[in-house]
Amino acid sequence: MKPDKLIVDGRRLDGRGPSDLRKIKIEAGVLHRADGSCYLEWGGNKVFAAVYGPREAVPRHTQNPLRAIVNARYNMAAFSVEDRKRPGPDRRSVEISKVISEALERCILTEQFPRASVDVSIEVLDAEAGTRCAGLTAAAVALVDAGIPMRDIPVACAAGKIDGHVVVDLGKEEDNFGDADLPIAIAPRTGEVLLLQMDGHLTVEEFNKAFDMAVEGCNKVSEIQKKAIMQRYHAVNEVIE
Amino acid sequence: MDQKMRRVVIPSQYLGDAGPFKAGRGTFAEAGKIYSEHLGILNQQGNVMEVVPLKGRYIPIPGDFIIGIVLEAMQSSWLVDINAPYPAVLHVNEAPWEVEFGDTSRYLNAGDSILARVLSVDESKKLQVTLKDRNLYKIKGGNILEVDASIVPRIIGKKGSMIANIKKYSRCRIFVGQNGRIWIDGPVDGIDLVLLAINKIESEAITYGLTDRVEELLKEHAKDVR
Repeated sequence: MKPDKLIVDGRRLDGRGPSDLRKIKIEAGVLHRADGSCYLEWGGNKVFAAVYGPREAVPRHTQNPLRAIVNARYNMAAFSVEDRKRPGPDRRSVEISKVISEALERCILTEQFPRASVDVSIEVLDAEAGTRCAGLTAAAVALVDAGIPMRDIPVACAAGKIDGHVVVDLGKEEDNFGDADLPIAIAPRTGEVLLLQMDGHLTVEEFNKAFDMAVEGCNKVSEIQKKAIMQRYHAVNEVIE
Repeated sequence: MDQKMRRVVIPSQYLGDAGPFKAGRGTFAEAGKIYSEHLGILNQQGNVMEVVPLKGRYIPIPGDFIIGIVLEAMQSSWLVDINAPYPAVLHVNEAPWEVEFGDTSRYLNAGDSILARVLSVDESKKLQVTLKDRNLYKIKGGNILEVDASIVPRIIGKKGSMIANIKKYSRCRIFVGQNGRIWIDGPVDGIDLVLLAINKIESEAITYGLTDRVEELLKEHAKDVR
């Protein structure tokens, strides 16, 4: 059901202003079998990410004699959306897996592990718009938790256009009935863009504005990521004191 | 900086300028600035910035004493899992036995454990291990425990003080491999004590004064001391 308006008196459907993010909760090191892991809640999104490796890449022909390869696998649970999603990789999740792998690869110091692979598993348990951003953000925390050498901690956030206004971090209705969606991922230290996709139409001015807002959103999320990683080791400290 | 705490740093965290400081292990320099490379503890020695990893795979270095598990016996070598990103090769020339070609499985088979030493690591990270040294042999009996390779230095302690304590109170024979595998043999209650101590070390690896606290714990639970 399309709502009549997505913005009323400068407030969005869920009461946010144009540059407010949804609520984000990140927890690192939640799975014991994986080398590194992360659980993330971003608005209504619930995502698990697990990292294995670096380990020898199989099958062997995928090995790169000079650097490690990064295999991210994005998967949505059958119960993550309103109408049951048919399980297994589809065109959409294969694409998202690819773009996330490439974004993460840019940040990992892959040259330290020739012939190896770093495997990242991203499971979306509950979806509410912006799962690729949530998945990439969770994967980044899981990589740090696995102790993998990285030059930056990647982070993602989306911006978009609803009812003619440019806003950050689209919610479900905004994504479905809005005019445009622009998910981006950056390396926050250098500001390098790791992922940039766009769905819908934006003018050049709108694009620039949306891009800046998304980068600003990324920086906010990045702080939450870093806190979540440090949190794991503060728990240890409190026991001792 | 808190006196009792070591400083935990995360990847891409700014550590200092490349002029007054030098980028040591676990760090990288970019545009005149030094950043941490992985999650770890900052260790500043003189003007060298070094980050000791808190977690992560074992990275083999030639000369490391390790505990390996044989994966496969091949015609003239064995493949050994040493907990590194890659399996290692143990060539018959590096074994202490006279092995006929194709007769490797008479000496070591899949599933056997060995105390070995890392012989070489080449630029493509091909690993070779050796059994030709004192105190290197095939393990018979005992139990093998796996911990994260990054806490091995803490289990050993300064000049082996921690491991000496654990041995003293538990009356167990213990070998700690650099790759995070620990071999323990002894009475059942002794092994329980070792596990207790290692669990404590694992959960409090980044704090100071750990050796003393572990000794207290051991004293409390030990039945008799040799």
